[in-house]
Amino acid sequence: MSQSSGILASFDYLDSTADAVKELKAAGFDEVTTYASYPEHHLEDALGYGESPVRVWTLVGALTGTAGGFAFTAWSSMDWPLVVGGKPILSMPAYVVIAFEMTILFGALSTVLGMFINSRLPNVTPAVVYDPEFSSGRYGVFVPASGTDLDRAREILGKHDPAETREGAHA
Amino acid sequence: MATATDANLTEAQRRGALAHPDVELHSEVNRDILKMLSAPGKGWWFLFSLAVLGVGLLFGSWGWQVYRGIGVSGLTSPVGWGAYITTFVFWVGIAHSGTLISAILFLFRAPWRQSIYRMAEAMTVFGVMTAGLFPLIHVGRVWHAYWLIPYPNARYLWPNFRSPLVWDVFAVTTYFTVSSVFFYLGMVPDMAAARDQAKGIRRKLYSVIALGWRGTDRQWHHFGKAYLFLAALATPLVLSVHSVVSWDFAMSIVPGWHATVFAPYFVAGAIFSGVAMVITLAVPIRKVFGLEAYLTTKHFDAMAKLVMLTSMIVFYAYLTEFFMAWYSGEPPEKQMFWNRLFGHYWWATWIMLICNGMVPMMLWFKRIRHSIPALFAITIFINIGMWFERYVIIVTSLSHEYAPFAWGVYRPSLTEMGIVIGSFGWFSFWFLLFIRLLPPVAIAELKEVIPPMMRRKSGGHDGGDAVPATAPAGD
Repeated sequence: MSQSSGILASFDYLDSTADAVKELKAAGFDEVTTYASYPEHHLEDALGYGESPVRVWTLVGALTGTAGGFAFTAWSSMDWPLVVGGKPILSMPAYVVIAFEMTILFGALSTVLGMFINSRLPNVTPAVVYDPEFSSGRYGVFVPASGTDLDRAREILGKHDPAETREGAHA
Repeated sequence: MATATDANLTEAQRRGALAHPDVELHSEVNRDILKMLSAPGKGWWFLFSLAVLGVGLLFGSWGWQVYRGIGVSGLTSPVGWGAYITTFVFWVGIAHSGTLISAILFLFRAPWRQSIYRMAEAMTVFGVMTAGLFPLIHVGRVWHAYWLIPYPNARYLWPNFRSPLVWDVFAVTTYFTVSSVFFYLGMVPDMAAARDQAKGIRRKLYSVIALGWRGTDRQWHHFGKAYLFLAALATPLVLSVHSVVSWDFAMSIVPGWHATVFAPYFVAGAIFSGVAMVITLAVPIRKVFGLEAYLTTKHFDAMAKLVMLTSMIVFYAYLTEFFMAWYSGEPPEKQMFWNRLFGHYWWATWIMLICNGMVPMMLWFKRIRHSIPALFAITIFINIGMWFERYVIIVTSLSHEYAPFAWGVYRPSLTEMGIVIGSFGWFSFWFLLFIRLLPPVAIAELKEVIPPMMRRKSGGHDGGDAVPATAPAGD
């Protein structure tokens, strides 16, 4: 989505936004971006999303934590074999607690990392295709297009009665 | 999902079914919540000054203890764990309801959590920050506290991973890290909302915290999944943390501590005290900021029911302890529980039983659950009762172990009392900063339960693609 040339429309109504997105998708616009101030599943459905790869990050992170937790406790016990309280040097049941906490810690941190990478955050470049209203109540639809495609996109968006449209190199 | 039946309902019925009947537009949420981030009033400055005094008391008393040594506390043989560990367990317990409300109730799709969860989560983070001070205070020579962390030291001597105290270090630091991350991640979209409205230095500050959030479909898609998985990870974590804290006691053979019921008993107690504290904090915030439209009696009613449920679980655990002491036939165990009720610390035990088991039973009455002042008063009793619960568990057991010549009495010193009271100032200090600098009510999540604006009023006219009037809560 590095392209910033196209048309940006803001809508007041959710159903108009979802309809516009569906029509744009049907007309062959694949790079439609929507904006909303809260997670709106109807827009995600209209865009047709698959499973988020974040779940793989969670799983790999969590399993790394489990393995790391067991490996570290076991290795450090072997590294300096000291009998405490008559327990075996490798007291695996006791290490379950450490391994469990490490599972959660690594799973959570890797989930956040995966989310940041997948959703291109943090993003410090100034937003050109954006309207502060999108974090308040309005919905936005951005279509990167030029030439005749831009005319078609403008026509489709116009049919759904947008509150405002902007277009150009920095829409 | 009310679309199809909307036509059959009266306006009052339709609004009664909504989570926030007096909020209509999504932009109203931004206006009402972001308004709270404006310049603070006199009341805030008054409370903040009190909190700063508390912080001064905390660090002053702690400094005195560092200067003179741990002897200025009342901790001595046989009671080596006293007010510090009591207060540590108290604050870890307070921290629990935040994750309960933000993670567990998120997974259960409880429809009332949205307006309360940000405050509860902040309470978690600050609660763990407060609790985390106490092991440092308790160890006495705080400059050696880093010995708890497993790092390759000069002799390659590692911590004893069989020890519940080391488990506790891992559990509490993991809990602090994960709950802070969860708190921050949930706040990113709201910081973007604050950024888009703010000016000047605040705009710059919020821009940095919001990480350039735009609310695009891609961001929401991955955010939603990440949030779900974090909730799924935080749920077993929250149950594990207080279980591990309870094993600090239960893994020993001290009478009154060595019980298998401890883990679930502590978890229930933690949720009980935490939800009570959420109510205690939410009542004044609602009043001061005029959040009546967002924190309705429905929300307080739901929390009060949770308090009542956990109160009964906790009281049942008390009775189980007494029963098991009698049923075990172990003289030290039997004497311990007799002592709790009628021994030296009888008053603490009765405060615990009355505040945690009896006072919350008033919540059976709907009139009381719907009365904000009554709820406030009841939850104050619970906060006191839950501090005394930990005091009873720790002090009565240690003061009266197996060998009669080693029995003794513990009394907290002035230094300890200063630190315990000061910890409330430390917690309030962070909480008061939070309600002024960050949106204390989750803006984006509230919008999920407020019906979006629709062009087609009742929907359903043009077939299957009509969007339902009520968006499903959560993911």
